[in-house]
Amino acid sequence: MNKEENRHEPPKHRGPMAVGEKAKDFRKSIIRLFKELGSFKVIILVAIILSIFSSVLSIYAPNKLADLADEISFGIFNKMNMDAVTSIVIFLSVLYILSALSNYIQALCMATVSNKFARNLRNSISVKINKLPLKFFDKKRTGDTLSRVTNDVDTIAQSMNQSLSSLVSNVVVLIGSLIMMIITNVVLAGTAVLASMFGFIGMAFILKISQKHFKARQVELGKLNSHIEESYSGLNVVKLYNGKKESIEEFEKLNKKVKEANFKSQFLSGIMMPLMNFIGNFGYVAVCIVGALLAIDGKISLGVIVAFLTYVRLFTTPLSQIAQSFTMLQSCAAASERVFEFLDETEMNDEKEFTKKLDKDKVVGNIEFDKVEFTYDGNDKPTIKNFSAVAKKGEKVAIVGPTGAGKTTMVNLLMKFYDINKGSIKIDGEDISELTRENIHDLFTMVLQDTWLFEGTIKENIIYNQKNVTDKDVVDVCKRIGLDYFIRTLPNGYDSELSDSDTLSIGQKQLLTIARAMLSKTPFLILDEATSNVDTRTEELVQKAMDKLSKDKTSFIIAHRLSTIKNADLILVMKDGNIIEQGNHKELMKKNGFYSELYNSQFEL
Amino acid sequence: MIRILKNLRAKDWGLVFIIILLVFAQVWLDLKMPEYVSEITKLVQTEGSKMSDIMSNGGMMLLCTFASLLGAVATGYSASLLSANLSMNIRSRLFNKVENLSMAEIKKFSTSSLITRTTNDITQIQMFAAMGFQMLIKAPLTAILAIMKITDKSWQWSALTGVCVVILLSVIAVLILIVLPRFKKVQKLTDKLNGVTRENLTGIRVIRAFNAESFQQEKFDNVNDELTGQQLFNQKTFAIMQPVMYLIMYGLSLGIYFIGANLIDGAVAAERMSLFGDMIVFSSYAMQIIGAFLMLALIFMILPRASVSANRINEVIYTENSIKNGKVKKGIDGEEGTVEFKDVFFRYPDGDEDLLRNINFKINKGETFAIVGSTGSGKSSVINLIPRLYDATGGEVLVDGVNVKEYDEEYLNSKIGFVTQKAILFNGTVNSNVSYGKSTNGKVTKEKVKEAIKVAQAKDFVEKMEKGYDGFIASSGTNISGGQKQRISIARAIARDPEIFVFDDSFSALDYKTDSLLRKELKKYTKNATTIIVAQRIGTIMHADKIMVLDEGKIVGLGTHKELLKSCEVYKQIALSQLSKEELENE
Repeated sequence: MNKEENRHEPPKHRGPMAVGEKAKDFRKSIIRLFKELGSFKVIILVAIILSIFSSVLSIYAPNKLADLADEISFGIFNKMNMDAVTSIVIFLSVLYILSALSNYIQALCMATVSNKFARNLRNSISVKINKLPLKFFDKKRTGDTLSRVTNDVDTIAQSMNQSLSSLVSNVVVLIGSLIMMIITNVVLAGTAVLASMFGFIGMAFILKISQKHFKARQVELGKLNSHIEESYSGLNVVKLYNGKKESIEEFEKLNKKVKEANFKSQFLSGIMMPLMNFIGNFGYVAVCIVGALLAIDGKISLGVIVAFLTYVRLFTTPLSQIAQSFTMLQSCAAASERVFEFLDETEMNDEKEFTKKLDKDKVVGNIEFDKVEFTYDGNDKPTIKNFSAVAKKGEKVAIVGPTGAGKTTMVNLLMKFYDINKGSIKIDGEDISELTRENIHDLFTMVLQDTWLFEGTIKENIIYNQKNVTDKDVVDVCKRIGLDYFIRTLPNGYDSELSDSDTLSIGQKQLLTIARAMLSKTPFLILDEATSNVDTRTEELVQKAMDKLSKDKTSFIIAHRLSTIKNADLILVMKDGNIIEQGNHKELMKKNGFYSELYNSQFEL
Repeated sequence: MIRILKNLRAKDWGLVFIIILLVFAQVWLDLKMPEYVSEITKLVQTEGSKMSDIMSNGGMMLLCTFASLLGAVATGYSASLLSANLSMNIRSRLFNKVENLSMAEIKKFSTSSLITRTTNDITQIQMFAAMGFQMLIKAPLTAILAIMKITDKSWQWSALTGVCVVILLSVIAVLILIVLPRFKKVQKLTDKLNGVTRENLTGIRVIRAFNAESFQQEKFDNVNDELTGQQLFNQKTFAIMQPVMYLIMYGLSLGIYFIGANLIDGAVAAERMSLFGDMIVFSSYAMQIIGAFLMLALIFMILPRASVSANRINEVIYTENSIKNGKVKKGIDGEEGTVEFKDVFFRYPDGDEDLLRNINFKINKGETFAIVGSTGSGKSSVINLIPRLYDATGGEVLVDGVNVKEYDEEYLNSKIGFVTQKAILFNGTVNSNVSYGKSTNGKVTKEKVKEAIKVAQAKDFVEKMEKGYDGFIASSGTNISGGQKQRISIARAIARDPEIFVFDDSFSALDYKTDSLLRKELKKYTKNATTIIVAQRIGTIMHADKIMVLDEGKIVGLGTHKELLKSCEVYKQIALSQLSKEELENE
């Protein structure tokens, strides 16, 4: 797939408000996540202990604050005990500072753990990409893997950072404040819990409905965004075919749906906060009234009410946060499930035990295909069947045939990107199934139709991972294929950055990848539609340069344009995975078969 | 940011007004609460208070909080409606604008940037409108009303509250100054990480072929480490926020109590009771004030992001369209099906060199006109001028004898069947793709689609698809091959029965045989249509009535295949690069 096409995938909207999808197996993925944490577990434990400590302090503090209020109210009618007041204030200050400090250290720990863990995960994914067989990528879209590296890992890190310690401390606060309330006064505790309960039932109800609407919003937004993307990338056609009205109508329809979903989900989630407030206030009033009744009867002191008012707040806030943490954990589980699913994919077989190795400098250059058969995963018919051919040292072998004949597949098999099902491919008599992939890749240079350039300078792109290449070599190669002049006209010449700008045409990109290939000195060369977008005059120039370079190389060329391959030593004509004719251009034309028909059709109207 | 508010309609402004009123009521009610609390505490404190007094105060308080809840729900309703409306309106306006922009402007913004502007940037605005807007009203209102309530209380408390607010704001300011620029950096690094990973995935064959796995891994590691480092720094810096807020909140109430104790201690007995009540009330108002300022600070944290998005959206909305629509809906009689270029010049708006110079030619009805030349010679530019994808910077382009600039856009387009170089397909079915848009005769019928598919040599594979003509086509046609995509996009042009066909190198993914068959069938099917073909292959164009050879934006040859072989050196070179001398002479 080419770069351009992949650039605009629908942006993922997983804001903090979004409700995460559910994991298939919540428990399993959380346990797995825990296992993967490894030595980070120790730091997490420290963080958890710190957050428990800090929560306990903040539960204990109101009790002390009640003492303070009692002292002061005692001072209204009697002599104020300023010493006692001061000592409580100092004590509370120390308590608050300690609590804040441990909270801070806890946050530092979690930030460190979650970020470093995320880095490791990303790294594992990147390493994994290199270990997976190509057939994996045939099935998976680039965007899918990409979103695992960024979105999913981010989700894991974020939820770890935000939900884990908050979950722990909130649970502690919830239980702690409940205990403290009961200890302080059972009647008031009952009042507070009962008052809060009403609210929570309502809240749970709203939460459930809003989840549904958030999901609907994601779905509708996804649809709208793909329509936008499609319309923009195909705007030429939209305009030229007078499809504007059609496209705008569709857009307005989707836009309206998104609006509805937006409104509903936004409204429901917006209610949560005021509702929480109300629950808090409701509990507050209930405690006030019941407390006042008790106080008038002289059963409790005023301080108890003051303390209770704090407990009520302490008791009501964590519940909503716990609910939030759980949703976060849920999306964390779903994200880690996806990440681990990727990390658990079957890798290519390990080739460490392979001892045979062909030396690049000593290879003669003969390749023999013997009754090769290959079927893509999931296909029931073989793409290649009974393919036998011999390419001798220094020969230029061309593969032609209609689309779907299996030309590119042949090249992929030769490069050992896929393993063949039957038959054998031998390089200098050695079966490639006994050679390592690295060894084989070392022997081949390959240029593909889909040009692949990365973000970097032109020079970096041409040299790419090859050692001992001087600047002069680079310029020489570019001169030979007529690219030098163009590169010099760029603002920074060979040091110009290639970003996603459209400074290069497809043809120019192809020339750059050809330059890259020409620098590498290998016994074999594969050109798969390498010059399809280069005009034929330039192509001729490239071919001459190539021919000079590949004098002793065995090369394979795939091309639609028959002029590209006319002078090949051997032309293999493929149809439906089979070789139906072979020979050079003259021989094949004489045969009056499939090839000559194909060739002559260019002269017909 | 303010300009974006112009997208609110009258109805929406009504909502704004309602929201302001509702928020005001809510704040007023919320601030009323501490008075009842203090009243209740006072009553509890005083010996011999009547229970009914406590109950009535509690009842009032409950009423307040319930009314406040209702207010909040109503505000939430209006605000959600407002933000949903706002984003819908802006999105619609933006989308309409983009669909009407000319290619020159599209190129200036780049397609992917326009997509982000219509999706992500609008989501940003919406989030801000949903949360920020309410806060923007509520925070100052709360702060002002709360301050008004406590100004008549002892100054010591006010001073302490003031100090706390200042500390809070300075901490937030410092944090924003340190972290905000780094947030942008994190975004860039994330993009970079995405870029490297994408590179790894799209170039996987090349990487493996070059044994460059470790090279790529190293690149990835660098970005990954940098990103982690930057993010860690940000989060560590931000981690200080919560403890500081906690300290300020609790420290403030502690301070108020401590000051209160001192004040009560120093006051005469009669005032002590009311001072105590003040203390309780003050501590809750102080919290409200701190909360209000916190809200304000939060707005200032999310505002920059939203305002960047707003600017990006405005940039598009207020772009002047360089191509103006004409009114003419009829060509000149006797000139139907002709295309003429009169001394045409063209350069891109930001270009400093002419891409086309002195282009002159006329194509008659029913003729096949081919354009050849090397990459970058201006072939595509020539045909882009015909349906006004771009406008000529000099000279005139005439279709049916009328300057294309005078035509009504839709009318002009209905004359032309333009097939782009890269086949563009939409999510849908074969049918919906081929019948896309509007032709001269209205919507394309199913029978017409079948015919077009047959002419485009796509019948075989379409009928083999699971649901045939209703077979599913994925967005950008990812589920079918390149050659199949091209044939469907060609069928789309055929189905509209245009006067003029334009093919921009649209046969390149077809093998010779399919290519020639297709052209043969097309000729049979549309005898009277004018055809313009841009191509690389000599075989595709050699039978054209006229061939135009372009080199560096100028015409270097114009004639038939045979004439050009004799007279045009460039054409001869192109031909010889594909066919042998004998083959050329045989023809």
